[in-house]
Amino acid sequence: MAEKTVRIPVLPKAATGAVALLIATRKGGFVLRSDPARRRWRTVGPMFFGHIVHHMVLDPRPKARRAATLLAATSTGHLGPTLCRSIDFGRTWKEVGKPPAFPKAPEGQKGRAVGHTFWLTPGHASEPGVWYAGTSPQGLFRSEDDGETWSPVSGFNDHPMYGQWTGGEQDGTPDGPKLHSINVDPRDPQHLYVALSSGGVFESIDRGASWTPLNSGVVADFRPDKYPEFGQDAHCVRLHPLAPDILYQQNHCGIYRLERPKRHWVRIGRSMPKQIGDIGFPIVLHPRDPATVWVFPMDGTSVWPRTSPGGKPAAYVSRDSGKTWRRQDAGLPRSQGWFTVKRQAMSADTHESIGVYFGTTSGEVWASRNEGSKWACIARHLPEIYAVEAVSFAA
Amino acid sequence: MKVLIPTPLRSYTAERSAVEAEGATLAEVLADLDRRYPGIRFRMIDEQDAIRRHMRIWVNRDEVRTLEVPIAASDEVIIIQALTGG
Repeated sequence: MAEKTVRIPVLPKAATGAVALLIATRKGGFVLRSDPARRRWRTVGPMFFGHIVHHMVLDPRPKARRAATLLAATSTGHLGPTLCRSIDFGRTWKEVGKPPAFPKAPEGQKGRAVGHTFWLTPGHASEPGVWYAGTSPQGLFRSEDDGETWSPVSGFNDHPMYGQWTGGEQDGTPDGPKLHSINVDPRDPQHLYVALSSGGVFESIDRGASWTPLNSGVVADFRPDKYPEFGQDAHCVRLHPLAPDILYQQNHCGIYRLERPKRHWVRIGRSMPKQIGDIGFPIVLHPRDPATVWVFPMDGTSVWPRTSPGGKPAAYVSRDSGKTWRRQDAGLPRSQGWFTVKRQAMSADTHESIGVYFGTTSGEVWASRNEGSKWACIARHLPEIYAVEAVSFAA
Repeated sequence: MKVLIPTPLRSYTAERSAVEAEGATLAEVLADLDRRYPGIRFRMIDEQDAIRRHMRIWVNRDEVRTLEVPIAASDEVIIIQALTGG
């Protein structure tokens, strides 16, 4: 692993152009495109109409003489899972040649079958064409040909501890246990983090050949042993691209921050208002300021409604690495707003004043072009939203 | 032999509802079908060679549960998708 520095010193320039939101829903994919001022939005789609789209991700790595690859993870309620590629920003799509699949089990043994690909992450900048995918049930897959063919990362999928790390089917989310939050250290392509629902966070420093749990300090209050080595329910983990020693985690049991090389997460959600709590699905980082982070709290009391506490939706932002939090609800419903925002359904652009975006399971997309200070609904009546990825274009 | 394709899979067969494939077993027929229409097999058969949960395959009037079923050239393979969901 390369020697670590706390921060990569060169700040990328803020975007000034239009923004596109890649919206993955239960019934297809959509793109919301803005004008450069991010005031007007138009909805394009649906793509893959009637198909479940779990995640759509555009490759941010520059490509010589051709457009960036856009990948979509799709399935239906009946057909097996697949991936599709576009090299014209979604105008046309082609199914990949070999989507993620586990190896065939030896005769007499029970093998695993991918239910759906849940998460897509472009690889390291020095490895153009490399992508990672996380699946349900939990599997890590890698492509070295821009998503056309996928191979299992057997260092994780066949790890002797896989069964214990991932638990049984009852340990997964209602639509299947998932491997998600694949983070690649921008300083070192061999340094990877992944998260499991359930299972916790795991780290590899050898491009996935070996893995170690990284869950110290994270509570699992649904177990008799509250601080196990693994078995926590990580909902979303983000590594800061400019300060890659800093990770934030929205967990089933709180909001956490980790600064490497330490291995102990600090529960920064303790400073959230007590009546709101620190339960949620997504966590979003400011692309240039490692101290700024957004969350979207949900009700994790009693039977876990997973909706906005009290029917009053709000994002919360911290500007000081989680020491203090500020409520951001201007423009959002003042009451009777029972939003659920899934773990992939909140993201940020890279403008000078960061645009923050989220999609709800009731099919609304909300946007703020002033870092959460004021929100506006920019699309409604879409299908249940699973993922929102913001893409910033050059002016 | 003739293979009947359900509507959700016709994007692979240029919207044709009936296509031709060859093989002495259902496994061979599906492999040939995938050669002719790449990707179609994995949508109905998983990587452990199990027929996916909501897919059904019939050979003439018999529903089959495994791929190791002998098939004759005169047989008809009928692929059906269960109409469940929401």
